[in-house]
Amino acid sequence: MKGWRPPAPFLLLLPAIVVLAAVVIVPLILSLYSSFTPFRLTQPASLYTFVGFRNYARILADREFWTAFGRTVLLLTVALNVEMLLGLGLAMLVEKATSGQRLLRTIMMFPMMFSPILVGFQFKFMFNDNIGLVNNALQSLGLTDQAIPWLIDGSLAFTAILVAEIWSSTSVFAILILAGLLAMPKEPIEAARVDGCTPWQTFRYVTWPFIMPFAYIAMTIRSLDVARAYDIVKIMTDGGPAKRTELIWTLVSRTAYADARMGLANAMAYVAILLSILFTVYFFRKLAAARTQIAAEW
Amino acid sequence: MATVSLEKLVKRYGAVEVVHGIDLDVADREFIALVGPSGCGKSTTLRMIAGLEPISGGNLRIGGKIVNDLPPRSRNLAMVFQSYALYPHMTVRENMGFSLKIAGQTPEEIAPRVEEAAKTLDLTHLLDRRPSQLSGGQRQRVAMGRAIVRQPEVFLFDEPLSNLDAKLRTQMRVEIKKLHAKVQSTVIYVTHDQVEAMTLADRIVIMRDGHIEQVGTPEDVFQRPNSKFVAGFIGSPPMNLKDAEIADGHVVFSSGDRLPLPSRFRDRVTAGQRVTFGLRPDDLYPAGHGIHSGEDADVYRHDLHVILTEPLGNETLVFSDFGGAEWVGRMLNPRRLVSGEALPFCFDLSQAHLFDGETGKTLRG
Ligand SMILES: Nc1ncnc2c1ncn2[C@@H]1O[C@H](COP(=O)(O)OP(=O)(O)O)[C@@H](O)[C@H]1O
Ligand SMILES: [Mg+2]
Repeated sequence: MKGWRPPAPFLLLLPAIVVLAAVVIVPLILSLYSSFTPFRLTQPASLYTFVGFRNYARILADREFWTAFGRTVLLLTVALNVEMLLGLGLAMLVEKATSGQRLLRTIMMFPMMFSPILVGFQFKFMFNDNIGLVNNALQSLGLTDQAIPWLIDGSLAFTAILVAEIWSSTSVFAILILAGLLAMPKEPIEAARVDGCTPWQTFRYVTWPFIMPFAYIAMTIRSLDVARAYDIVKIMTDGGPAKRTELIWTLVSRTAYADARMGLANAMAYVAILLSILFTVYFFRKLAAARTQIAAEW
Repeated sequence: MATVSLEKLVKRYGAVEVVHGIDLDVADREFIALVGPSGCGKSTTLRMIAGLEPISGGNLRIGGKIVNDLPPRSRNLAMVFQSYALYPHMTVRENMGFSLKIAGQTPEEIAPRVEEAAKTLDLTHLLDRRPSQLSGGQRQRVAMGRAIVRQPEVFLFDEPLSNLDAKLRTQMRVEIKKLHAKVQSTVIYVTHDQVEAMTLADRIVIMRDGHIEQVGTPEDVFQRPNSKFVAGFIGSPPMNLKDAEIADGHVVFSSGDRLPLPSRFRDRVTAGQRVTFGLRPDDLYPAGHGIHSGEDADVYRHDLHVILTEPLGNETLVFSDFGGAEWVGRMLNPRRLVSGEALPFCFDLSQAHLFDGETGKTLRG
């Protein structure tokens, strides 16, 4: 071996490789391994008992897990679609602005600047049945004289979480779609108008196909986000009432830390990650297709 | 009947007026070219006709009906844009059939019309490509195809050839001319290239700074320009235009060189008047190398020194010095010239133009 030296690129990248291995790869492997053990935080020795796919088998038969899974998918679907529509509307309005567009763009990004924890607290306060702004407003407007139990009723609480989630992230769609609108050549739109299109047809046949890839990029980003939605739910309802707003990640953290069943929690986490990957792959496919369609140069 | 009438048409952007109340009547099936230097308001005018820009003043009539407030889709016209403006996500076939689809025609009705237009424009083998897979010339043809498929009453072209190389441009020019002969629609064609305007149009509209300078047939604007501006704009190489003064029956240039004042201008100028003298390169030639024999009474002969030559094969452009300025002449059946060489030149004064020094208007009767 005398005289052998690893190639320079490898040597130069070595520090990065070491750090990456230490903070990403090792924990990843460790957690994957622990999902095949009955590891409990209270019984460290259980880490060395290998039980094969027993955790996964248990999850597959676990009603509570599938409920949380289904609810996560529901949240993902509703939130993404609503955010897309709102973001599209917002972007088109801002694009029409002849002056102050810069300012509007900045304001549009405000929700993204708040940490999800803060957003959670904020909406928890707003939806509070006694002192919250929402009930106050509804009562002042005379729409109701009752205190609507926003965070106490199961489906209302889910709605409240959706609202918070949508508020905080519509701007992701708005910004990306706006970028698409600004990058879009104006002549095809004019050509469409001369070709006989109504404003709606112009949007439907010319504008929308062009900005679709941008919407898919936002979808991809957001699908990763929502699939690991945790903070807002944790703060607003903590999965309650009676687990009616439990999502995959609140369930995982409860299993891991409250019940201390690390092995099982890790197995759940891997299933959840699989879900994220599926969504991401799906949107990437759509994105690639949409890109070839408009012959994007990026 | 697709006549197009502009009546005192005005366009303002905010406080800035860019088209100053222009009048123009385009006859049915006429091919009209709007020419002028960049920024003179050609595109703005065309876009007002298309309905893409709101009209700030005056009336626009198509087929006699005022259409000022109609959206583009209700004006039954087709437009070809400078950048082609193809729909990037549609195939050539879909691009060409799009307007018919929007108009509610069935695929069975659309297909034959697209096929026919594609055949006319030699696009049949490209029908399933997307615009990004086409060359510039092919895209240009698709843009034309998209327009002709609609069989509109009026075609609008905004510099459709200016993104093509010289050879393709010449080729497409011929195609457009053939196309007009075939479809028999009214055409309004914007270009900054006077050669395109001259070769294509029935009548040419020369614009300058939001005004119309002159309207006329190609022969009209070439032979009888109303102003110094038109004289300098039409023709290639441009007319020699030199400032001078009238003194005892002569046109006197700044250096003191003089030319006899052509007889037809005698009553139209006064001694001491400042004028601009214009002579096309065709009318300034070395003796024996001109369009005319050079034996006419109105030909003035003078020796000039050759400064520079541009041989073009069948002819040579000769630059020489006279009256303190550079003049371009055209030498037919050329022989090799060396710079500095002195040659007897003919000034064909029967073809000379004279413009007022102040207003730039022609002094011709
Ligand atoms: N959207 C606009 N806002 C303000 N001025 C404009 C606008 N579009 C064109 N102009 C001005 O109008 C004049 C005519 O432009 P245009 O019609 O495009 O000229 P061209 O003859 O080169 O086609 C130019 O001076 C241009 O600066
Ligand atoms: Mg223009």
